[in-house]
Amino acid sequence: MSVRVSVSITVNGEIKEREVESRLLLIHFLRDELGLTGAHVGCDTTNCGACTCHLDGEAVKTCTVLAVQADGSDIVTIEGLAQNGSLHPLQEAFWEHHGLQCGYCTPGMIMAGADLLKRNPDPSEDDVREALEGSLCRCTGYHNIVKAVQAAAQAGQSREVAA
Amino acid sequence: MSSAEESRTPGTGWVGQAIRRKEDPPLITGQGNYVDDITLPGMLHTAIVRSPEAHATIASIDVTAARDHPSVVEVFTGDDLAREFEQGLAMVWSPPGVEIKTPLNLPLARGEVKHVGQAVAVVVGTDRYATVDAAEDVIVEYDPKPAVVDPEKALEDGSPLVWEDFGTNRTHQWGVAGGDAEAALREAEVTVERRIVNHRTAGAPIEPRSSIADPHGDGLTLYSSTQIPHIARFVLAGMLGMAEDRIRVVAPDVGGGFGSKLQVYGEEALMLALARRLGRPVKWTETRSEHMTTTHHGRDQINYVTLGADREGKVTALKARHVCDLGAYQLLLTPFIPELGFPVMGGCYEIPNIQLEFEGVFTNKFATDAVRGAGRPEATHWIEVMIDQLAAELDLDPAEIRRRNFIPKESFPYETPLGIVYDSGDYHGSLEKLLENFDMDGFRREQAEGRERGVYRGVGLSTYVEVCGLAPSRAVGPQGVGLQSAFWESAVVRVHPRGSATVYTGASPHGQGHDTGFAQIAADRLGIDPANIEVLHGDTDQGPMGWGTYGSRSLAVGGEAVGRAAVKVQEKAKRICAALLEAAPEDIELSDGKFQVRGSPDKAMTMAEIAGAAHIPPQELPTDIEPGLEETDFYDPENFVFPFGAHACVVEVDVETGKVEIVRWVAVDDCGPAINPMLIDGQIHGGVTHGIGQALYEQIVYDDEGQLVTGSFVDYALPTAAEVPMFETDRTETPSPVNRLGVKGVGEAGTIAASPAVVNAVTDALKPLGVTYMNMPLTPMRVWQAIEEARGRDGGGPARTEQGRSLDEHGRGAAGSGPTSPGEGGAA
Repeated sequence: MSVRVSVSITVNGEIKEREVESRLLLIHFLRDELGLTGAHVGCDTTNCGACTCHLDGEAVKTCTVLAVQADGSDIVTIEGLAQNGSLHPLQEAFWEHHGLQCGYCTPGMIMAGADLLKRNPDPSEDDVREALEGSLCRCTGYHNIVKAVQAAAQAGQSREVAA
Repeated sequence: MSSAEESRTPGTGWVGQAIRRKEDPPLITGQGNYVDDITLPGMLHTAIVRSPEAHATIASIDVTAARDHPSVVEVFTGDDLAREFEQGLAMVWSPPGVEIKTPLNLPLARGEVKHVGQAVAVVVGTDRYATVDAAEDVIVEYDPKPAVVDPEKALEDGSPLVWEDFGTNRTHQWGVAGGDAEAALREAEVTVERRIVNHRTAGAPIEPRSSIADPHGDGLTLYSSTQIPHIARFVLAGMLGMAEDRIRVVAPDVGGGFGSKLQVYGEEALMLALARRLGRPVKWTETRSEHMTTTHHGRDQINYVTLGADREGKVTALKARHVCDLGAYQLLLTPFIPELGFPVMGGCYEIPNIQLEFEGVFTNKFATDAVRGAGRPEATHWIEVMIDQLAAELDLDPAEIRRRNFIPKESFPYETPLGIVYDSGDYHGSLEKLLENFDMDGFRREQAEGRERGVYRGVGLSTYVEVCGLAPSRAVGPQGVGLQSAFWESAVVRVHPRGSATVYTGASPHGQGHDTGFAQIAADRLGIDPANIEVLHGDTDQGPMGWGTYGSRSLAVGGEAVGRAAVKVQEKAKRICAALLEAAPEDIELSDGKFQVRGSPDKAMTMAEIAGAAHIPPQELPTDIEPGLEETDFYDPENFVFPFGAHACVVEVDVETGKVEIVRWVAVDDCGPAINPMLIDGQIHGGVTHGIGQALYEQIVYDDEGQLVTGSFVDYALPTAAEVPMFETDRTETPSPVNRLGVKGVGEAGTIAASPAVVNAVTDALKPLGVTYMNMPLTPMRVWQAIEEARGRDGGGPARTEQGRSLDEHGRGAAGSGPTSPGEGGAA
């Protein structure tokens, strides 16, 4: 009943060409068509942020983007964040500072955090809290998530200084 | 020798260290494996057709159009599955001498629906989206009946009945008493009486529920987002008339539970039945709206509490009656959850006379059951609020009234008038440490200065004790409290020939960090690095039966079983080592990760060397030592454990809008010796935030017709990162004599502590305005109304209710506020 459309989307550096229903959500394209199950679905209303990925360099909630809207775009998911086998500073910091418990919100939370650090490499606690407002976590009370994002920011800065 | 001393097995000191989690590498890289991540070959999708009516007769169901969809395999109604479901879902509380009205609860309704969201049909198809389309085409005609949603109205004569056959909406009554509360109240110099509402909330883990049933031969595998895989198998096998060994239940990564996955749900039974009928794997994943509608809710009690005291503030009597809204059906523990709080209903206080009564009520809502704390947050909320109310009545400092009533450290083990034995505690110790960390004098100065500038800040204390470590099986089992189950835990510790180890636990984590904490416990007893110890759980085919994770039980029962199994392995390792080093077993000690002859450190073996000898025995090894290096332990605790602590919360209230902001949170918790302090802090952070959610933002609201108003995260406001502060945590460590580890549990402590601290803080902030008490959730509208009513009462002009309604739209969390009846919202 729904029109099928060809899309070509670059996901984690690889071009993926598929014929999809025009109504297919990007999150289901990633999870069901490509088997990238790192991003999760936690609500029906774009509130929880568990599905957050990067679309052309910006964090988006992929439950509110159609796959056809992402045609020709560049998507990075949590699976594509680690480079050359080494964890992204945010992944390291979430591990080091116990920024996750059940882990379900974590991929979206890390992608939202990475988006913040790109825009603001030295965020205050309030900056971090405001930036993560669209990502819900029921386990951690956010304390260690905020710590982790700030620690990753510092790690990123000291790396820049060293370079 | 106390059992706590016995636990100090010399090892390599992993216990007590904040090592980072073994669980995390897959979870931070997108390699987690939650149920909805699983796709099996040939797997079918399902969509459930649910009732839009709160109470109705099903006049007809027409599935023709749905069945005609090209990708639909089959559509089933309740009548179609009558053969599969002769038995309904289980409720396991049967207290001796008390009848609990328990209606038949089928996975798909037959004849009538009793709440919004009740499942009436299921569509099975090959395509996820098309299956949802087809479900829209199932046509159900309902003849609506009157619904009842207010539990107190439901108890009135002439109320519509949820279940006409029972002739009443009262599900049961239960009570317990010690001393003579009535007489003590008559003689009390002061009494304080309040109606306290612990409103309905949702567990709301970020992972919705999901289940896949996979048929194979004459058996079935169920992958399910559950906290209780073994209980689920036990219950579902009985329900489907199958032998337990024909059902395997797997809980892979589970994305939080908070009690909402301590359940055996209709959808789990339904997937098994469909897989068996269709011979193909079948999957169902809950939407968030389904979660809000038909995953069990928590709390929903009205507590009528009376405290009696002398003029010095010493409490002499406590009487409480609880009206408990259970919803329309009894799920696994529904009627028991309010009563689960009874052992700690006197709080941390020495109260000689206690009388408690419980009434369960049917309403046309979804069932309540365990949500983080399960009965104990409710109990702690009202006792901690009441202690502050009594302090206000007597013009006593909230810390001082607690000091005067705390059970003294020397009195432990302390038997309450209800016959419960608190294992160990130092309530004065945790409060004094809290006050020192907090700097109460400094705050009071700052508060006074602020008030002069129109800044209304307040501090709230909460000193809690909780009952955890569920449970001594005989105390809570059929002949005890009456649960038709047991609560021991199992562990297997297996050391492999090259010296790594696998631990199997019957506990079933969903974020708590068992893999890390249990590995630390085993590591110290085995002399193996935790990195080389794998902890397995959540698969009924992998290890012995266990009872899962809930009630802050995993460490005190499951972790203890791991410790005991590891000690058994250590003892065998010592026998092997002694034989090979030609020493006596009692002369072998585990030190610096090696088994060595006491006084001769050069005569030593590593666990890897011992494990090699255990599996490939050398000639020197006596034949009376069995090969292999593996031990099992089934541990049934002798008593509960009683964690405790003291929390202080600072709020700032905008008196023009009613908005409450949490400014500071200071906590001192005592869950016995820390296994991993990082994990403890994490549990406190999350637990407190959950309690803040209940106190300020979260509420499940039904309208008068039984329609759910808060069906999504748009309307049900979870706290975000922007609503909570950094938490200042600290600990005292009072070992429990109940288990060898001395541990108590911490998963629910923060939630149990939090809500009264917030309410007491807001009351403290608004004291100069004459506000004396408010019920949760303290939404801007409710707080603003309380301020206005207090002003009106004190001659400051009439309450401006109409303006209050418009103001509410500006306040965060207002969406969760729901209707405010005068009895709940106003200043008492």
